[in-house]
Amino acid sequence: MQEQIINILADATGRDASDFSDASQDLFTSGLLDSMATVSLLLGLQDAFDIQVPVSEFDRSQWNTIEKIEQRVKELQNA
Amino acid sequence: MINWIASLPNFSAYGTPMYFCYLILAILPLGIGLYFGKRFSWYEALISFIFIFLMFDGDSWQQGISLIAYVIWETCLVMYYHHYRQSANSAGIFYLFTALSIIPLVIVKLTPAMVGHNSLLGFLGISYLTFRAAGTIIETRDGMVKDISAWKFIRFMLFMPTLTSGPIDRYRRFSKDYQKVPSRDAYLALVNKGIFYLFLGFLYKFVIGYFFGQYFLPHFEKTALLQPHMISWSMVGVMYTYGLYLFFDFAGYSLFAVAISYFMGVKSPMNFNQPFKSKNIKEFWNRWHISLSFWFRDYIFMRFVFLATKKRWFKNRNALSSTAYMLNMTLMGFWHGITWYYILYGIVHGLALVTNDWWLRYKRKHLPNLPHNKLTTGVAIFITFNFVMVTFLIFSGFLNTYLLSK
Repeated sequence: MQEQIINILADATGRDASDFSDASQDLFTSGLLDSMATVSLLLGLQDAFDIQVPVSEFDRSQWNTIEKIEQRVKELQNA
Repeated sequence: MINWIASLPNFSAYGTPMYFCYLILAILPLGIGLYFGKRFSWYEALISFIFIFLMFDGDSWQQGISLIAYVIWETCLVMYYHHYRQSANSAGIFYLFTALSIIPLVIVKLTPAMVGHNSLLGFLGISYLTFRAAGTIIETRDGMVKDISAWKFIRFMLFMPTLTSGPIDRYRRFSKDYQKVPSRDAYLALVNKGIFYLFLGFLYKFVIGYFFGQYFLPHFEKTALLQPHMISWSMVGVMYTYGLYLFFDFAGYSLFAVAISYFMGVKSPMNFNQPFKSKNIKEFWNRWHISLSFWFRDYIFMRFVFLATKKRWFKNRNALSSTAYMLNMTLMGFWHGITWYYILYGIVHGLALVTNDWWLRYKRKHLPNLPHNKLTTGVAIFITFNFVMVTFLIFSGFLNTYLLSK
């Protein structure tokens, strides 16, 4: 799943997958994710994992690393 | 009754040192309660009522009546929409309720531009309350607001420390805080921080802000008005002193609101985070008037981008982000008021965000070896700071005053 998330992130930000090698780095403070890329990320996750993520569900502190994204996606899949 | 209310003294929030004495004395029992793990809700309601009453009595009694009518209107909308959302979810009804919730603000903002005097519907704080109400409706649509009652919503809207000028809190965040009592250690840590913020606020608003606003700014304004050309050294003086005054005055005020919230066991969001350290304009909006810019980011920018991407309105990603930035900041300009200088302020910031984004992309693609060191960071901060000061000069309305004086 992590690989898939990294691909979605690379797509959303227009960067290389290698920029996302550290699964615990903060994607917002490192400047990798901005609001624009966040929306692409959400839409990418919705399509790839068949989950619904409303924009107001998106609390940055809960989605700011690849590890946390993976965890949130699993939670939403089981919801 | 009205005559009696109109004759009473009026206390605007955080206006004088005595105000702080009364306020802190009044919330002391609440603090003692929180220390022992109890939230005295009825007492809090009582003192909130008294202090809000004192903000809107005397000469401001008409505003007080508008406030009451406004809160009833918004509460009915939110409760009715929440009830509707349990069984249905049409986009049309959602847009209708969002529009109805911002209509009072639109009327209040349009009236001075159209008829030249203030609307009777207006009261101090309506702009800030509208964000809270509209935000609650938007989150209800997303199915995120589950637990709401008229009383809880009114408590959120009329939370006294942040009533007239923010910070703009969110219903879910506020009620999570409000419904629980912090542990003793957590509460003491809040009080500790609150005391620091309170004194920092005194320094910002009553010392530094006062000096810039009451001492330097009038001096520069007077000499700038005497100059034959708009751009003069005095105007540069107005620019810097106004910009610094704006920051210290507003940041000081926000610190008071946050500090008093903390004493009441509610962790209201911070509004400023050293904005003049920003290296670019995107970072600036993450540090300046944060609760406002994040509101726009979450409810305007991101939702617009989300909708536009889903409906494929744009072929080009950069065209979409530029449109979203312009929409976001121009709306923010309009929100400040319908005058050419507020709207221009919004547009200029929108253009700056578009340019900033373009530069970041260009740099990544074409200049991967651009040096990055203390000097370049310093230059970036310098440019950002001065750009922001120019936009604050536009925002101040002083250019309008200058033009009218010629």
